[in-house]
Amino acid sequence: MPKYIAKSSRGAKGDVASHDKKQSWFYSKTVKNHFFHPRNFMDHDPKKNEHNAMGKVGSPACGDELKVWMRVDPKTEKIKKFWWRTFGCGSAIASTSMTSVMVTAKGGMTLEQARKLKPQDIMERLGGLPARKFHCSVLCDKALRDAINDYYRRANQFDKIVIEGARLIDPIAKVTDHDIEEAVLEGAITLEAVQTKTKVGIGNPEVLPAVEELIKFYKEKYFG
Amino acid sequence: MKQIYLDHAAATPLDPQVFKAMLPYLKKEYGNPSSFHTPGKGAQDAIETSRQKIAAIIGARPDEIIFTSGGTESINLAILGYARANRQRGNHIITTKIEHHAVLETIKHLEKKEEFTATYLSPDKYGLITPEQVKKAMRPETILVSIIMANNEIGAIEPIAAIGNFIQKTRDQKETPVFHTDACQAAGVLDLNVNKLHVDILSINGSKIYGPKGVGALYLKRGLKLQPLQFGGAQERGLRPGTENVVGIIGLAKALEIAQDKKDKENTRLTILRDKLIQGVLKNISKTRLNGHPTERLPNNINISFMDIEGEALLLHLDSLGIYASTGSACASTSLDPSHVIMALGVPYEVAHGSLRFTLGRDTTQEDIDYILKVLPPIVEKLRQISPVRVSEKYFK
Repeated sequence: MPKYIAKSSRGAKGDVASHDKKQSWFYSKTVKNHFFHPRNFMDHDPKKNEHNAMGKVGSPACGDELKVWMRVDPKTEKIKKFWWRTFGCGSAIASTSMTSVMVTAKGGMTLEQARKLKPQDIMERLGGLPARKFHCSVLCDKALRDAINDYYRRANQFDKIVIEGARLIDPIAKVTDHDIEEAVLEGAITLEAVQTKTKVGIGNPEVLPAVEELIKFYKEKYFG
Repeated sequence: MKQIYLDHAAATPLDPQVFKAMLPYLKKEYGNPSSFHTPGKGAQDAIETSRQKIAAIIGARPDEIIFTSGGTESINLAILGYARANRQRGNHIITTKIEHHAVLETIKHLEKKEEFTATYLSPDKYGLITPEQVKKAMRPETILVSIIMANNEIGAIEPIAAIGNFIQKTRDQKETPVFHTDACQAAGVLDLNVNKLHVDILSINGSKIYGPKGVGALYLKRGLKLQPLQFGGAQERGLRPGTENVVGIIGLAKALEIAQDKKDKENTRLTILRDKLIQGVLKNISKTRLNGHPTERLPNNINISFMDIEGEALLLHLDSLGIYASTGSACASTSLDPSHVIMALGVPYEVAHGSLRFTLGRDTTQEDIDYILKVLPPIVEKLRQISPVRVSEKYFK
């Protein structure tokens, strides 16, 4: 299994209800530290002149919502400040906090570097996350990329905006490859489970081979 | 660190008296109840004494009690067993949207694989089902009604006796529909007399009533047919073959006896603590909502949603202070789905994600409640500070 999957969750179902006071916690030490001592969260009302980009992803209805604000140095395009607010579980909060540290460390990442940040990088820095908490760190890097686009939009550098195109897999149910990726990340790793979440291919069975192919691809990508 | 365990709906500690009753059967009394010799007879007698005890408590006859491996097995045996054995009488089942997964998944399996159909009744906004709803859902081919007696998540106590009474009248001289209730959460708290409740099948288990885990019982009214789930022995009249869990059965009977003895006094004590915690939270923390009914509620159940924050994060903070609770949030469930019970109340997803359940127990004290009321507001405050969500009061009430 890849490094970014926490040891404790390998093979185990993992539930936030078991307790072993002696040593193990539900998450790694680093996750715990960032959860109880979150870095760089937006603790005041965001002021217009202090940031020049904003990104948002998720909704409280789906269980996670993230908002991030950045101040980018226009000359170097380095991220000088990064604030966030997160509605979500322990790993979502810790992941955002860690992201804020990573993108501002050593004078800040350039936007180009930041765009390449992968959820796996965040998870690895956190000392791993339980497999079923994957989507938490995926959300952070989505919010980050949303903010990067917002920076270029505000700076009128439209050529640098990267719209993440999604491929329509099921034109009837309007399900994209993205939706399937999300479903896999949320733990739906069988065709049946993905269909429950996305309704893909229900009433449109000819798309099913492509769906199965994608499930296999994302399963290997994220769960090794 | 002070430790306050408030997850008694998940598991209860073993009562010391239960432990004492079980002890000989873990060591000295190891005979197989099916064996034809003195140690075997000893074990068999112990099982039969336990059976009589449980039967007496619930107003049944000893031969109407079947021992199982727990609540899930009791429920599976009741639903699958009855449906399969009585398929010729009909293929429709009535249940609710707020059952435990053991009931829901079992009925879904019957729908999917064995050509049964089911009606899932929606509760009102407090989590209650009415006899009228059952009446409306009833069809000539309805063979089974299964309704939870007291809900494990939101503590709602269903009007089982009234529903049972209606079902009994409806079927007149016919056998069906029969009425099953999952009484796992209710067993230590409510009157289980099956005649007063008008139930035909009832499931209980040990681990929610200060008994051991891994043991349960099923009351099955005399004359009703079940198809067993497993084969290979004549134990439990062939309905549940396999060498009996002697020590577990003894523990279950003792635990039920103690719980039923204590219940009136304990219910009064817990109700006061429960209401103190509920009122304290609703009054002192803004944007909170009680899930379930204010009074038709298990005396130990508190389920409150804290808007704008997520339950797992709350649990982690409480855990760090030695307070052990539970949530209906998707993040804390292995399936990553929010609580189906809270969603069935017709509320927005956020209510489930931000829900927190405390279930009190015999060791819970006034001081524990005071402590929680002291530490909870700053945790909620802190999480709200780092949350981007600000729903309006109207949204979730």
